[in-house]
Amino acid sequence: MGAIAFPTPQAGILARRESILAGLAALLPPECLITSEDERRAYETDAFTAYRRVPMAVALPRNTAEVSAVLAYCHAEGVPVVPRGAGTSLAGGAIPQEDAVVIGVSKMNRILEIDYANRFARVEAGVTNLAITNTVSAEGFFYAPDPSSQLACTIGGNIGMNSGGAHCLKYGVTTNNILGVTLVLVDGTVVEIGGAAMDAPGYDLLGLVCGSEGQLGIITEATVRILRMAEGARPVLFGFPTSEQAGEAVAAIIAAGIVPVAMEFMDKPAIEICEAFAKAGYPMDVEALLIIEVEGSDSEMDATLARIVAIAREHGVKTVRESKSAMETAAIWKGRKSAFGATGRIADYICMDGTIPTGQLPYVLRRIDEIVKHYGLRVANVFHAGDGNLHPLILYNVNDPGEAEKAEEAGNDILKLCVEVGGCLTGEHGVGIEKRDLMHHQFNRVDLQQQLRVRAAFDAQWILNPAKVFPLDGRAA
Amino acid sequence: MIVVRRPQDEEELASLVREASGHGAPLAIEGGGTRKGLGRPVNAGITVSVGGLHGITLYEPAEMVIGARAGTPLAGIEAALAEKGQMLGFEPPDFRRLYGTEGAPTIGAVAAGNLSGSRRLWGGACRDSLIGVRFVNGLGEIVKSGGRVMKNVTGLDLVKLQSGAWGTLGVLTEVTFKVVPRPEVTLTLVIEGLPEARAIEAMSAAVGSPFEITGAAHLPAMAGAPARTLLRIEGFAFSVEYRAGALAEQLKGVGALGRLEAAEADALWRDVSDGAMLSEPRDRAVWRLSVKPGAAAGAVAAIRASRDVTALYDWAGGLVWLATPETGDAGAEIIRQAARQASGYATLMRGSEALRARVPVFEPEPAPIAALSRRIKASFDPAGLLNPGKMHAGI
Ligand SMILES: Cc1cc2nc3c(=O)[nH]c(=O)nc-3n(C[C@H](O)[C@H](O)[C@H](O)COP(=O)(O)OP(=O)(O)OC[C@H]3O[C@@H](n4cnc5c(N)ncnc54)[C@H](O)[C@@H]3O)c2cc1C
Ligand SMILES: Cc1cc2nc3c(=O)[nH]c(=O)nc-3n(C[C@H](O)[C@H](O)[C@H](O)COP(=O)(O)OP(=O)(O)OC[C@H]3O[C@@H](n4cnc5c(N)ncnc54)[C@H](O)[C@@H]3O)c2cc1C
Repeated sequence: MGAIAFPTPQAGILARRESILAGLAALLPPECLITSEDERRAYETDAFTAYRRVPMAVALPRNTAEVSAVLAYCHAEGVPVVPRGAGTSLAGGAIPQEDAVVIGVSKMNRILEIDYANRFARVEAGVTNLAITNTVSAEGFFYAPDPSSQLACTIGGNIGMNSGGAHCLKYGVTTNNILGVTLVLVDGTVVEIGGAAMDAPGYDLLGLVCGSEGQLGIITEATVRILRMAEGARPVLFGFPTSEQAGEAVAAIIAAGIVPVAMEFMDKPAIEICEAFAKAGYPMDVEALLIIEVEGSDSEMDATLARIVAIAREHGVKTVRESKSAMETAAIWKGRKSAFGATGRIADYICMDGTIPTGQLPYVLRRIDEIVKHYGLRVANVFHAGDGNLHPLILYNVNDPGEAEKAEEAGNDILKLCVEVGGCLTGEHGVGIEKRDLMHHQFNRVDLQQQLRVRAAFDAQWILNPAKVFPLDGRAA
Repeated sequence: MIVVRRPQDEEELASLVREASGHGAPLAIEGGGTRKGLGRPVNAGITVSVGGLHGITLYEPAEMVIGARAGTPLAGIEAALAEKGQMLGFEPPDFRRLYGTEGAPTIGAVAAGNLSGSRRLWGGACRDSLIGVRFVNGLGEIVKSGGRVMKNVTGLDLVKLQSGAWGTLGVLTEVTFKVVPRPEVTLTLVIEGLPEARAIEAMSAAVGSPFEITGAAHLPAMAGAPARTLLRIEGFAFSVEYRAGALAEQLKGVGALGRLEAAEADALWRDVSDGAMLSEPRDRAVWRLSVKPGAAAGAVAAIRASRDVTALYDWAGGLVWLATPETGDAGAEIIRQAARQASGYATLMRGSEALRARVPVFEPEPAPIAALSRRIKASFDPAGLLNPGKMHAGI
């Protein structure tokens, strides 16, 4: 691959490398500053591995004050900064550049406060998504957004990408579950936005920061909403003869006033890949699978499921299988949540993340198939059916440069299709570098210029994660 | 002399703003005019009414999404949704009774104010339901952000910025919301006679239960009636019955849970969301405090020590409505201090024009945030034409 351009590293900065490293060394203890080539290489990419750039240095501050000092220094020196959580971005959001300092929050991983009565937790930005839920689960609470990468990804990265997950249909995405952040602005100023109250005053800076991909500041702490877990949860597998029928069943369930906690779709290739990996008992003789999860007491789940099953039957469902035990439930979700990893075992893949109006599902699935066939490649589809967030996984061979390029082109065609039918380029993975050059397809010049002016209100000099989100041309507002 | 302009479409509105910007003429933005009293008084010779931009532009019940031009009356949206068994998930308040205004609240003003009613506790705020906007910025440009799909992280989220900007960052021309199913059954449980601090503990316990409480409010003793703590459960009939029983069991140490008649309960929740219980006496200032729920009763006690106040709690204590005489600063200083101590802030919701001119209506911002707000304002409206001074001096 290689169609995506990075800005040319600024020679003036590279030439000052020694003095910049010395400047950083004055602000951080040695164990918090990575300068050797070998160790820097560990930070050269994220989960969008086709692109790599080794950064000039990696700073791993231990607290807000250190983040502030490093950022103020880089700002004064005009050195680009790439904020980094766990580096699991699928859009290349955390990929560095040669003239940049990576500021990673991995050492900032303490849970600072848990308040069950007021239903929030305050954590440092490097705390992993799953660690929050694990910490509060003994009291019956959880943190709702659940990206499949939740074991590794950080709350700072989740806020950066406004991450979602399978259970967002009911509980919303990151932006709906964050109450406050401590944000270090590009000049080192520390601001508190929001907090333990439900609403914050003034412009909704919190909403703006969610999904801003490290371009407005570095998050060092977050106050997140924790919720009481339902009494029980039960996923059910529904196998359909066609994708159309599965799509119609989803629409009918919603029309009946039922919003399940999750409605996940897999097509046949995805079913095969995930079943081979997780042995979850997915039906193999169907074209489309829905995993629908309901919550509540046993009797509530029975009653809700009875309604869902009746609707599915009206739409020609072939197989219905309820989870009968916690182990089966775990296996069903393991299969879905390891869809990307399991795919990675059989081929290289790029994972798309467009969202479409759910009514367009049958048309879009047909077109995706045609697009991918046109490039002579294969695709496996998994997606969040309730909200139309698609994850086509385009399979290719990374060692064949021709295939890699075709995969990238097929992906671009699919995302343009999502925009054409009224959807968007990215539902939860972010723009990063991956979709940066497609932004023109979703926004016209005026829309983009307005976003750029807002960006400039935070970072007029393009210090923060500058290679991302906005097309490299036309940046001068 | 105030001139009212009423463009009939987005293009006309944009050219009107361009024309105004040519003369440097500030514009006051009006939807239905029912919340005109909210915010600092705006000093502008021209009022732009978006009432001419009306009509639902998109409604897909199966996708749980509705879009409408900004001047569409809220009532029309709610009726269209009700016909398909759906509703806005944040229970938008209607402040006509609070302000004693007439006219029809518009969907654009609901979005611009990010105002949410009692269901915000469970269903999220207005800004959580708002997924797409079109607006005209201060340069007279038509800008879009977000869209019609629920999950969207494409570019900076200007939708959130517009929600709660009260028209200072743009004139909204079209707004798109995600919607939710209307519950089959709504049940309101009531505990009588709890003192405030105990009521908040009870609401906290209820909200911390697995029973998905969609409203938790505490009303003071009024007109001979005892104080009432309300807990609302919604959903399918089988679920609501079960949950009501389980909740009563869980709260049996607190007090007996009675049930309210559906009609009475609906009217009460309307009153709570709309701030209507504090509408009389009309010469009182009304404040809204957003605080850490567990600290709400303490905050009110601190204020009460030096002022005559009537307090009502929503969002399990996270929202406090306060009415107090307009004397002096109408309590601004002590109310804001108490709110800050409770990890929150206060907004002056109702007050005479004179009061709103002398007391900050919105929470004053610390210097670095104020600087950001000014730069954001300038990025949308460099000449400061749109609702100038509505939120803060210069914003
Ligand atoms: C196998 C796999 C499965 C995945 N599944 C999902 C899924 O189900 N749903 C989903 O939404 N995503 C998913 N992702 C994508 C990814 O995990 C998310 O985007 C995640 O939120 C990134 O978190 P991170 O800590 O790894 O951040 P990084 O990748 O390090 O950074 C992400 C972005 O946030 C910025 N950033 C990071 N930390 C900060 C900070 N402290 N302050 C400011 N900016 C910061 C970075 O600059 C970058 O732009 C998946 C990824 C993988 C590899
Ligand atoms: C705290 C307070 C105190 C008041 N006190 C008094 C009082 O003492 N006496 C009295 O007579 N009246 C009082 N009022 C009434 C007041 O003066 C307005 O009536 C009101 O703001 C209208 O809802 P709507 O659709 O009716 O929207 P509007 O009331 O027209 O608009 C609400 C807000 O949203 C903005 N807005 C509306 N539409 C859009 C759009 N499409 N795009 C962007 N922004 C938009 C408006 O500029 C306004 O800021 C008070 C109001 C408040 C809130």
